[in-house]
Amino acid sequence: MIELSGLTKRYGEKVAVDDLTFTVRPGVVTGFLGPNGAGKSTTMRMILGLDHPTAGDVRIDGRQYHELPDPLTYIGALLDAKAVHGGRTARSHLLWLAQSNGIPAHRVDTVLETVGLTAVARKKAKGFSLGMSQRLGIAATLLGDPRILMFDEPVNGLDPEGIHWIRSLMKSLAAEGRTVFVSSHLMSEMALTADHLIVIGQGRLLADTSMADFVADNAHARVRIRTPDRERLLDALHGAGITAQDAEDGVLEIEGDAAERIGELAAEHRIVLHELSVRRSSLEEAFMRLTAGSVEYHAQGAPPAPPWGAEGAAAAFGAGKQAVARTSAEG
Amino acid sequence: MTVMRVARSEWTKIRSVASTAWTLSLAVVVTLALGMLISALSRRESGSMDPRARLSFDPTLVAFAGMTLGQLAMIVFGVLVVSSEYSTGMIRTSLAAVPRRGVFLASKIAVATALALVVGMATSFAAFFLGQAMLGPLGTSLGEPGVLRAVVGGGLYMTLIAVFSMGIATMLRSPLLSLGILMPFFFLISNILGNVSATKKVGRFLPDQAGSRIMEVVPRAADDTPYGPWGGLGIMVLWVVAALAGGYAVLRRRDA
Repeated sequence: MIELSGLTKRYGEKVAVDDLTFTVRPGVVTGFLGPNGAGKSTTMRMILGLDHPTAGDVRIDGRQYHELPDPLTYIGALLDAKAVHGGRTARSHLLWLAQSNGIPAHRVDTVLETVGLTAVARKKAKGFSLGMSQRLGIAATLLGDPRILMFDEPVNGLDPEGIHWIRSLMKSLAAEGRTVFVSSHLMSEMALTADHLIVIGQGRLLADTSMADFVADNAHARVRIRTPDRERLLDALHGAGITAQDAEDGVLEIEGDAAERIGELAAEHRIVLHELSVRRSSLEEAFMRLTAGSVEYHAQGAPPAPPWGAEGAAAAFGAGKQAVARTSAEG
Repeated sequence: MTVMRVARSEWTKIRSVASTAWTLSLAVVVTLALGMLISALSRRESGSMDPRARLSFDPTLVAFAGMTLGQLAMIVFGVLVVSSEYSTGMIRTSLAAVPRRGVFLASKIAVATALALVVGMATSFAAFFLGQAMLGPLGTSLGEPGVLRAVVGGGLYMTLIAVFSMGIATMLRSPLLSLGILMPFFFLISNILGNVSATKKVGRFLPDQAGSRIMEVVPRAADDTPYGPWGGLGIMVLWVVAALAGGYAVLRRRDA
């Protein structure tokens, strides 16, 4: 279990992590979601005692990180897969890690086997692809057979096969009752792996919810209708107890997935429809709306036409989408 | 017990990268080769030496002439041992594995120092014997007064140069910055400060000037240096301690 209470990190005037309080529980994959620059990596570095918090406190199984005897046997973390000395072999890299925490050397071969790097165990790390480096980083997290695992953007730069492998690994680790905490800036990725979600934006906690609740709350459907017979349709809808809202260009929108009913209603009243379509907001869009106000780097220029919904929110969402689309390595 | 584990892990780190073998063997080869060359040249020139020069001729010190260049390789060794942690980003993995930063730094420095001491001592003895072989009749032997002290001191000097570099690299973290300051300092600036009369009095308190005093057996003419061989080495040790303390202060305080 990882417990954060009031965790805050300031760099001068800038607040990178702002009063974060949440608990990461065992037995599930907890997704740590936020746009680039939201403070995910800073939070993870503070969990590991690498960065000193300005205020607040992190506990690993009730203890501060530096109080853990042989910390690798409590928590394994992968922050940056490329942070390996290129001149050292995969095996030597894991060996020094094992020795530093009193982990028996045979674990090195076990974890190399687990991640599928046995064949390149004696090859220097500088020749490794990003995928191989990620596997080596994951081997390092598993070395001490820890109850808690933490991964920072583990699927970045991986091929589909590697992504699939990491997803199933995280799920099986959680199924063994371990605490799995994984960060991402992609909602779609989290939707596939996480059971629980912690969303942050500009260092602040935006949501701490189960994935199921997040889906139920955010996966809205709306029916979009265009008709030359607007008034008659509104009357018919009103008669059926359905409330319609005006969207742009005379388009009507109705909350919920009621396309069949509306089609039948229009046929009954012989009203011509030019469009009758269902729009579902994806989880990605829900995430973008949630973090729209807190995206650090907004794209310049006019936002693209809003897909639907209130003008302001849609515009902010458009900007957010662009900003998230301009992803690169998080600093 | 934790310290022994961490020291063992640091030993694995240091022996599993090629730069360790490269820098240390370069230090050995350069020190020996240059020492032999200068010794051989000194023997050839000895005929034309005037009596005063012959009086202050120090066959022990001449054998160590290669150290002025060899120490640069020791500096590179010391800098790389520490700064490769930062240049590769591995420092985060290291500190996550060993969160007690004092234990981490002490283990790393201890292991690298032990290795530098073995290599430095072997180099110093080898440089002495090879130098005396080249000097022939001009040479001296370990049994002469002060010679053994100078040869052991030469090994300590090479070790301390490496440890000083480790301390500086811990403070500066960047290999390029550390080397960019240390190399010109020990190769040029210290020599200039020590030889220009206006700055001589300050210059001889610099770590290399003070420390290298221990390798001198025959006193210099009109010498007014206010410290002896061990006093000079003591001054160098103070510099090393200061560099390490500064490095620890930076490591403890800063985010990794």
